[in-house]
Amino acid sequence: MALRDATTPAQAPASGPTTSAAGYLELRDLKVHFPTDDGLVKAVDGLSFTLDRGQTIGIVGESGSGKSVTSQAILGLHRRTRAKTSGSIFLDGEDLMTVNNERLRTLRGNKMAMIFQDPLSALHPYYTIGNQIVEGIRVHHPDMSKTAAKNRTIDMLERVGIPNPKKRVDQYPHEFSGGMRQRAMIAMALSNDPSLLIADEPTTALDVTVQAQILDLMRDLQQEFGSAIIMITHDLGVVAEMADEILVMYGGKAVEHGTVDQVFYTPEMPYAWGLLTSMPRLDRVRKERLDPVPGNPPSLINVPSGCAFHPRCGYRSEVPDDDCRAVVPELLDAGGGHLVRCHIPPPRRRELYESDVKPRL
Amino acid sequence: MFFYVVRRLISVVIMLFVISATTFLIFFASPIDPASLTCGKSCTPAVIEGNRIKLGYNDPVPVQYVKFLKGLVVGRDYPDDPQIKANNPQLVTHCDAPSLGYSTVKTKCVTDIVKEALPITASIAMGAFVIWIITGVLFGIIAALNRGRWPDRLLVGLSLIGYSVPSFFIGVLLLTFVSIKWQLWPLPQYTSFTDNPLLWAQGIFLPSLALAAVFGASYVRLTRAYMLETMSEDYIRTARAKGVKETTVIRRHGLRAALTPIVTAAGLDLGGLLGGAIVTEQVFNFTGLGWTSIQAINVADLPIIVAVVVVASFFIVMANLVVDVLYGVIDPRVRLT
Repeated sequence: MALRDATTPAQAPASGPTTSAAGYLELRDLKVHFPTDDGLVKAVDGLSFTLDRGQTIGIVGESGSGKSVTSQAILGLHRRTRAKTSGSIFLDGEDLMTVNNERLRTLRGNKMAMIFQDPLSALHPYYTIGNQIVEGIRVHHPDMSKTAAKNRTIDMLERVGIPNPKKRVDQYPHEFSGGMRQRAMIAMALSNDPSLLIADEPTTALDVTVQAQILDLMRDLQQEFGSAIIMITHDLGVVAEMADEILVMYGGKAVEHGTVDQVFYTPEMPYAWGLLTSMPRLDRVRKERLDPVPGNPPSLINVPSGCAFHPRCGYRSEVPDDDCRAVVPELLDAGGGHLVRCHIPPPRRRELYESDVKPRL
Repeated sequence: MFFYVVRRLISVVIMLFVISATTFLIFFASPIDPASLTCGKSCTPAVIEGNRIKLGYNDPVPVQYVKFLKGLVVGRDYPDDPQIKANNPQLVTHCDAPSLGYSTVKTKCVTDIVKEALPITASIAMGAFVIWIITGVLFGIIAALNRGRWPDRLLVGLSLIGYSVPSFFIGVLLLTFVSIKWQLWPLPQYTSFTDNPLLWAQGIFLPSLALAAVFGASYVRLTRAYMLETMSEDYIRTARAKGVKETTVIRRHGLRAALTPIVTAAGLDLGGLLGGAIVTEQVFNFTGLGWTSIQAINVADLPIIVAVVVVASFFIVMANLVVDVLYGVIDPRVRLT
C-alpha cells in the first residue's frame, strides 16, 4: 500500500539549478557551526559522502563528534536555531540547503524521515500513538480521511511487529514497552514511505535482545521499501550488522570512510584502530584491563590544531616535522574508495596495523 | 477514577471537620471570654451575659462544636435552650440550615451574611481569573516564542513591575485616576448579575483588573518558563521532523503540555481567592467575604470569623480536588487511584 504514487503538488521537485549529484543523497562539504557565548562550536566541519537507495551507511563516533548534528542538518532542523550552515545536501537531485522552509517541511517526514534515540521522550505523552502517527500521515496527505489514515496506521503497526495493533493504536506511549515504542517510532517514520531514513541511535535505549529485533526489522523494511538508511551510532556491533559503508567521525570531520570490510578488517586511521581495539571481545585471551583510546573527545570550540586526533594519537612519531600538530590532513583515497584522513604514509599505516593493532584485536 | 473521587470527597469532609474543629478550639478555648467580644463598644455585663446565653457559650467547647455541626445540617436556634424557648420565645432567633452561626454584632444569621457577601467576592475573583489567564498566558507565550528579543524583555520587565507593585496600590491608582480623576470608567459599584448583567460587568471591571494585575504578572513568568521548557522537549523535535507546520507544533504539541501545570495552578489560585480578595475589596469598598471578614476581625465578631474560615477552607480544599482530577484527565500518564 505505497503512498508514493499519490500525486500531491508538493511532491514535485523544485525547479532550480542542481549540479549533477552522484547517488540519491549527497553531502558536499557540509559545515554546521554554532556561535555561542563561549566561542564558535564547529559541530560539523566539512563532511561529504554519498548514499544510494537500498544502501546503509553507518556514521560512527564518540559523543560530540557531530553525528546527530549532521542528521538533523539533513532534515533541516537547524533552521530554527542560530546555526550557521554551509555546503550542499542533495536529495534526489535537490539541494536541501537552498530550498525554502516550506519545501523542506513537505519533504520532512515524507521523503526523508528520522527515528530518534529515546522513544519515550521523543513521543508526545499526551497523545495516543495512533494520533501521532495519523498526524504524520495527514500532514502530507491532507485529503486522506481520518479513518483511512488510521487504517494505514494500524497496518504500519502490524508491519513493524506490534501485536494487537487495533487495540494498541489507541494507547499512549507510556503504555508501551521500550522495544514496542521504538517499533512505533519506526512505524511513524515509515508511514509515508520515505526514501531516506535516518536512524539516530535507534537501539541505544533498548536492551540487546530487543536491539537485535529492531535491527532485523529495519533491514527487512529496507529491503521492502528500498530506502537509503543512515545509521548513527557509537556501537560498532550495530554498524557491523547493518551497514554497507562506515563513516567514522571525529571532531566534526570524517576521518575514515570505507566499506564495512575495509573499515573493520583493514582500518588505516589510528582513531579507528583505537575504536576497534577498545571493544571487549569474548574470543580473545582475557586481559586485565580494557584498551580504551586515551584522553577525551576534543572540544569543538577549541578544536586541536592540525589533525584533531593528534593529542590522543600514539603514532605521531611516524610523521616527520610536527605535521600532525600543524597541518590538517586531507581525506585521501587509500585504495578502492577507502578514504582516510591521516598523515602517516599509507604503506607505513598498513605495516603498523599488521604489527601493532591486528594482534590486539 | 470514580473511586478516587469518592475517596477524595471523604477526605474533603474529614479535612473540613479538622479545620472547623481547630478554628473552634482556637477561638473558644482561648483564655479570653468570647462573650465579652460580642458587643463592640456598648458592653455592659448584662449584655455580655445575655449574649453568652444566646450564643450558647456556656456549654463546654465540645458540646458547642457538636451543636455547630448540627446547625450546619438542620439549622439552629439561638439560644438552644428549651426553657427559654418555651418562656421567652421572642429572645430566640432561628437560623436555617446550613447555619454557620449567629452574629450578635450584626444581629443576623451568619449564613445570610455569607450568602450576600459571597457573590460579590466570586464575581471579582472570577472576573480577575478570566483577565489574568487570558493576558498572562498570552503574553507568556509571546515572551517564550521571542526569547531573548525585545518582546520577551519588555514583557518580562513589565511583569516584574506588575508583580512587585502591591495590589492595593494598583487598585488605588485605578480608582483614583481611571475612575475619579479622568472619569474613564464609572465608579465601581456592585450590581448583582441577576439584576443587571451589564451593570454587573461594568461594576466589577476595575476591581477585577486590580486583582488580576499581580496574578497576571506571575502567570506571564510561569507560562513563559513552562513554554520554554516544553519547546525544548524531544517530542517537539519529533513533531518538526514529521513535517508538522510550526504553528501546529507550538499549539498542539507545545502549548498543550505547557498549559497543564498552569491550569492547575490557576485553579488553586482561584480557590484561594474565593475565600475573599481582602485587599481589593477594601480598596473598592465591595462588601465581599474579604471585606466582611476584615470588619468582623476589627470587632472580634467570632461567629463570622469562624464561618469565613470554614467557607474559605471549603473552597480551597475543593479547588485542590478539582485540580487533581483535572490533571488526571489532561495527562494520561497520571493514574488516579
